[in-house]
Amino acid sequence: MKRIVIFILVVLVTLGIAGYTTPSLVNNIKLGLDLKGGFEILYVAEPIEAGKQVTQDALKETARSLEKRADSLGVAEPEVTTEGTNRIRVRLADVKNEEEVRKSMKEPAELTFRGPDGTKEMIGSDFVEGAAKVGFDQSNRAQINIKVKDAEKFKKVTEKLVGKPLAIYLDERQLSAPIVQSVLSDGNATISGNYTYEEAKELADTINLGALPLKLTEKYTQVVGASLGQLSLHQTVEAGLIGAILILIFMVAFYRLPGLVAAFTLITYIWLLLGAFWLMKATLTLPGIAAFVLGIGMAVDANIITYERIKEEIRSGKSLLSSLKSGSKHSFRTIMDANITNLISAAVLYYVGNGAIRGFALTTIMSIILSILTNVFFSRLLIHLLIRSNKFNKPSLYGVKEAEIRGL
Amino acid sequence: MDYRNHFDFIKNRNKFFGISAALLLIGLIVLVAFGLNYGVDFKAGTSLDINAGQTVTREQVDKTFDSLGLKPAVVSISGNNDHISARYDTILSEADVKKISEGMKTAFGDKVSQEVNTVSPDIARELGVKAMIAVAIASVAICIYVSIRFEWRFAIAAIIAILHDAFIVIAVFAICRFEVNLPFVAAVLTTIGYSINDKIVIFDRVRENLRFTRLKTSEDLSNMLSNSIWQTMARNINTVVVVLIAALCLFIFGSESIKLFALAKIIGLTSGAYSSICIASPLYYLLKNKSLSSKTRAAAVKE
Repeated sequence: MKRIVIFILVVLVTLGIAGYTTPSLVNNIKLGLDLKGGFEILYVAEPIEAGKQVTQDALKETARSLEKRADSLGVAEPEVTTEGTNRIRVRLADVKNEEEVRKSMKEPAELTFRGPDGTKEMIGSDFVEGAAKVGFDQSNRAQINIKVKDAEKFKKVTEKLVGKPLAIYLDERQLSAPIVQSVLSDGNATISGNYTYEEAKELADTINLGALPLKLTEKYTQVVGASLGQLSLHQTVEAGLIGAILILIFMVAFYRLPGLVAAFTLITYIWLLLGAFWLMKATLTLPGIAAFVLGIGMAVDANIITYERIKEEIRSGKSLLSSLKSGSKHSFRTIMDANITNLISAAVLYYVGNGAIRGFALTTIMSIILSILTNVFFSRLLIHLLIRSNKFNKPSLYGVKEAEIRGL
Repeated sequence: MDYRNHFDFIKNRNKFFGISAALLLIGLIVLVAFGLNYGVDFKAGTSLDINAGQTVTREQVDKTFDSLGLKPAVVSISGNNDHISARYDTILSEADVKKISEGMKTAFGDKVSQEVNTVSPDIARELGVKAMIAVAIASVAICIYVSIRFEWRFAIAAIIAILHDAFIVIAVFAICRFEVNLPFVAAVLTTIGYSINDKIVIFDRVRENLRFTRLKTSEDLSNMLSNSIWQTMARNINTVVVVLIAALCLFIFGSESIKLFALAKIIGLTSGAYSSICIASPLYYLLKNKSLSSKTRAAAVKE
């Protein structure tokens, strides 16, 4: 009697928590661009001057400037990442002025040094590439050492602007406005101010980038209209729900009482997987939903292997409890071997693949681990409670006909 | 249970080998002769997926494209006749895309929503190459694991059957001229994961039965394998049915862009279930039988 109460309590509490938290989980999962609309562009960066190399610093700096540009154009949460040695991936959702944004993103970063009246006194290519470095003055404050190509030109500029600011701009954004302290004739200068090391480093990187701006070429673009994205989301989630419900019905129809337990542990599994997505801040894409739905089918496998084994044991004439015990024991090794090989292939995919394939592999890895937890351990615990309660002793409840049972 | 009056998959192995070989051969010929029907991900060009928000006719759509002076290479209408897919073999400029989007809005109202994909093929090719590397590494890794946990003969049989499944998916897509895009790569890759599961379940039973059976003749081996197949049959069928339910639902009810992915999965799942029983197990028989006959010979020499 006690066991059946525990069983009911476990089921009710789990369903309660799952039912209560699922709506907010679902609402908080980050959706990919293909589901909420927006655009994704993969750029390949090359130096505008031929024969130069793209450095990792320059690439990162370009990415940073793209992010700031998108920001200034009113795009919320732009996602800009660097890939490999010369690629930048930009993901922007909810863009109203798509054309303007795309045009502006493609333009190379323009570094200018401007006088107080706004005239461009120096431009990026006036500086020696990679020469901007962070140094420290006597009182250990960060400063930036720079070097120009044409010392004569720089001398004239500093002559004109002594005591006045020479502001540094990237595109139309002012980064800093140091005052020219004296005439500099050897082509070397230091920019000092109350910079933290990070600020100084960023400014030095920006100047280096300005000295060697990268040209961006669109290699791949995907533009999804917001309502088409929602339609895809709606249709695919609906397809997934129909699939999940059919699978639950199949399990109950085929395996009866244990099938009911499987249906319940599957719901728990789906809930946990949603939770894992939320915890890991993973982005759900259309193929991701597909992997999720197919994963449900795969997760049931653990239950099916166990139940078939238990059925076999019952048929061989063992008692329910010993059938459960030896069935669980025998099937466990099968399930582990099958899942570990699957895990190996998913791990390889994760390691070798990138972008979409990586997301797919990660979903698979998470679903395998969660599936073992819910559909092996949790499921076994629940069936144990049911059988030990002595309320459900008929073999037909386990999908076995009396006639099939062999006498010992 | 006694499975003697059940169908013997091991004895009929040559039929299955023949069927698979024929399918793979046709696939290979089509693949070499015509290649795959690459979608926009693998070919430079632009593809548009337009949801019109109302039912449209082929005529209306053609007229709209014509009036814009931008005739796509391929146009198809799907969904509830409200979904237009158009492919251009050249990369459209942003101005052209805008022109189409405005033209569609004029023709079908403001509910028109679209997805535009433009790609240079090298990115997709690179992914294709990476996918092949992934398959190779995964195969080796699985081989090592199976060799440690089981024995090398299982590993060889399983790997051949898995690669068979991956290639069947590619072959069917080549033969039926279905469009191949990036999700297709993912479908082939995940077929491997599912397919190995299936093989392990049967081999695990074989491993268990091996401990209780004394194999003297090829007949013993064949019977033991056939029994193992039938003992795990319910599980194999039920599992594939369950995963097929999920894949079929995606295929029937899912959004347009996921349909071909689901189809690739359906082919892969079916092939995986088939090859576990009809390819992997007979292959193991052939490998094991060799060692059996050499042992018998060795015993004969001793005597």
